[in-house]
Amino acid sequence: MFYIFCPYCGEHREEEEFHPKGQAHLARPENPDDCTDEEWGNFLYFRSNPRGLHHEMWVHAIGCRKFFNVTRDTLTYEIKETYRMGESPQVTQPSDAHTSNFRQSSEATS
Amino acid sequence: MQKYSGFGLLKHALTYHENWQRVWRNPKPKKKYDVIIVGGGGHGLATAFYLAKVHNITNVAVVEKGYLGGGNTARNTTIVRSNYLWDEAALLYEHAMKLWEGMSQELNYNVMFSQRGVLNLGHTLQDMRDIQRRVNANRLNGIDSEALDTRGVQEIVPILDCSSNARYPILGASWQPRAGVARHDAVAWGYARAADAMGVDLLQQCEVDDIITEDGAAVGVSTKQHGVIYGDRIGCVVAGNSGVLAKMAGFQLPIESHPLQALVSEPIRPILDTVVMSNQVHGYISQSDKGDLVIGAGIDGYNGYGQRGSYPTVEHTLQAIVEMFPMFSRVRMNRQWGGIVDTCPDACPIISDTPVENLFFNCGWGTGGFKATPGSGHVFAATLARGEANELAKPFSMFRFHNGALVDEHGAAGVAH
Repeated sequence: MFYIFCPYCGEHREEEEFHPKGQAHLARPENPDDCTDEEWGNFLYFRSNPRGLHHEMWVHAIGCRKFFNVTRDTLTYEIKETYRMGESPQVTQPSDAHTSNFRQSSEATS
Repeated sequence: MQKYSGFGLLKHALTYHENWQRVWRNPKPKKKYDVIIVGGGGHGLATAFYLAKVHNITNVAVVEKGYLGGGNTARNTTIVRSNYLWDEAALLYEHAMKLWEGMSQELNYNVMFSQRGVLNLGHTLQDMRDIQRRVNANRLNGIDSEALDTRGVQEIVPILDCSSNARYPILGASWQPRAGVARHDAVAWGYARAADAMGVDLLQQCEVDDIITEDGAAVGVSTKQHGVIYGDRIGCVVAGNSGVLAKMAGFQLPIESHPLQALVSEPIRPILDTVVMSNQVHGYISQSDKGDLVIGAGIDGYNGYGQRGSYPTVEHTLQAIVEMFPMFSRVRMNRQWGGIVDTCPDACPIISDTPVENLFFNCGWGTGGFKATPGSGHVFAATLARGEANELAKPFSMFRFHNGALVDEHGAAGVAH
């Protein structure tokens, strides 16, 4: 059972107020029409699904109804941090392939 | 292999059952195998069995990090059925159903397959239209399936709340008489014993920590306990950990791993002699031979590898059960657990070659893999033997997520698993 800090409400609330929405920081291709079937399929369906540190989206469905990001360990279920959309995670694993997918990482870290 | 029989039981009784043969060997790994199967659950062991039996390939290793059948094979709710909507899926699950029907004889191992029937309830008009459609599709595919009205359902399960006062009144159901339940552990043990007898090496406590590739082709696996084991072809059947193995080989799968929880009640006298599933209130229930009610429902929505889930999911599951069976409200629950299921976006499996040559994956069975165990093993064995997808497996390539030919069981059939 998770006790999740909503970065918009600024409060911890119980898991039932939230819905998980899958892997975070997936960059939608700029021009979907220019994508090959493989690129588009990868964007729609293929996921990193890590055993360990995972950056994922949640929505505060029965609260402020805003989307935000969570860094969580998928093995221990420990929540490391929550942060707003558009922000970069503080807790990262450099070996994770999907970190290279961060749409805003270049702007946010520079 | 010692043949099991009633006579054998009598014979061993005379020596106080002290001389039973070990069920399988505990071999030292060879340097090289024709086929290495990663994952010693039901699907992996079935694959090894059919490789040996149907394709005469016995130089096979099953590599298992824990003990045989200790993952989802031991954690499911044991339901077996084949009433899927789309042809591709229906043919695959019906193939499995036919193998179930002869399995105890084929393996000389009692898997306690009990064809007690499965009801899929409908609670809304749309449910009933979907049921009618699915029943018709099933019958066209030669699968036994009937649409029942409320009275028909009540006749089969008298203790079900079929009154019109229910919050979600039961309007009818689809009914598959050949469906049922089986003893899940026995399936793994039966396949393991029969495969071992034909020369397959079952390597337990042997965890794969890397897949060895040369020039884009897989040539072996590196294991924590026994170093590198080489293989001409490698088949991964590791359910929830598929993404981890794919990462070792350098690619991603269209799969996410989720906890799926189940629970059993205290044992009670026989009261429910069939399987009842409801997609609308979302729960399913049957009664085991021991007498406990075996209960399951949906996944926890977040990714997880921890083999446990959240309490609210259990609560919702039991709300659904009590909604259907108000008399169960006072039954106490005994045990609750979770397994890690590999869910695919279209709720159909992946039985496929991969971007790495000689490396094959059988995964993505998600919440409904147990019922497919023999069929999955059978078609994956054929795939591994030939090095290309078996006819039944062809629609389940991982590359369908690139070309768009999904087998969309999820939305279309609306089946609870």
